Amino acid sequence: MVLNWKIGGVLLGLVFFLAVALVKPIGVSTQFVILDGILWNAVDPTVVTETDDGGYTSTNEYLARSGGKYASSVANPWNYSFIFVLAMMGGAFLSARLRGGIDASERSIPAIWRANMGDSAVKRYALAFVGGFIVLYGARLAGGCTSGHMMSGMMQTAISGYIFAAGAFAAAIPVAMMLYRKEA
Amino acid sequence: MTTIILAIVVGAAFGAVLDRIGATNPNFIGKMLNLTNLHLMKTILLAIGTGSVLMFGGQMLGLVDVGHMSVKAAYIGVFIGGLLLGGGWALSGYCPGTGVCAMAAGRKDALFFAAGGLLGAAAYMATYPMWNASGLLSNILGGKVTLGEIPDSGYESLTGIPGDILGIVLGAVFILVAIVLPSKPTGQAGGQVQPAE
Repeated sequence: MVLNWKIGGVLLGLVFFLAVALVKPIGVSTQFVILDGILWNAVDPTVVTETDDGGYTSTNEYLARSGGKYASSVANPWNYSFIFVLAMMGGAFLSARLRGGIDASERSIPAIWRANMGDSAVKRYALAFVGGFIVLYGARLAGGCTSGHMMSGMMQTAISGYIFAAGAFAAAIPVAMMLYRKEA
Repeated sequence: MTTIILAIVVGAAFGAVLDRIGATNPNFIGKMLNLTNLHLMKTILLAIGTGSVLMFGGQMLGLVDVGHMSVKAAYIGVFIGGLLLGGGWALSGYCPGTGVCAMAAGRKDALFFAAGGLLGAAAYMATYPMWNASGLLSNILGGKVTLGEIPDSGYESLTGIPGDILGIVLGAVFILVAIVLPSKPTGQAGGQVQPAE
């Protein structure tokens, strides 16, 4: 069972507040780029290199942007933002365990998907993969995702957060209304 | 070292709360986005409002360091990227944060979402020069801009209204919308019989 919106909303708001009070606003999608960079650099160590002044740069223009900010995180992955995402997965894992885990029938195909798109796990996996591709491509183009732009951004009254939210819902609502016509 | 401990504590709390409010569950995302059940939307709006009131209130009282704020730039690509993210979010039921949490919670489809996400992020790394050359990443409305003028933040403002007060007012508006928004807007709450499938 999910938390009532009053309790859940206040708890989530407290987490966003604590993050910005103690360190910085929450963001997630950059870490997909950092993990890509770590994997790529492990295969080809010439991708991220140290500069003469002790910073980092990359042969990839995106990793090298903003003075090698991403390149530096790839070279030193044990930084706040990367650990944050790992800890986030740990928190979700523990929380799910403590409430008894995810039902076996839900684990491959969520009920709402099953009701509208059928029982094929392969189809679900393939379209979840496609969805992930589009989501992260879009998040990187936008410079943030639901956490960084929509929640942290609107919380800080950032114009960019409102622009992002307008785009996200303008696409998400029609797509969901088209795909999920039947109740789960 | 302290920052690493904070990353673990705040990160774990964030993941646990996302799990408990149902944000990592594609059923709740789907029902929110097809507008049949807005319970999760109420939760998110209340969270944004609560965070905003606490942060700006804390800044006014001098308890919260304004320097911790991090405002992202506005450019046309923010809207295009938002559209893409929205489409993929509705299709998969996951966004980047909730996807990795759902994967950790034991959802197998979320593993495929995350794998697709790594490839999507890599595709953006490869195509970034094209976007950069297109001009769609150039700042609009002044770039890193907030609605009001937040004292000592260093960010430009769109209106010149005192930003901390505006932040608290907008936070209150988010909370109010969260309260008045119906959980089931289409009136299905009234015990209506669902058509057989």
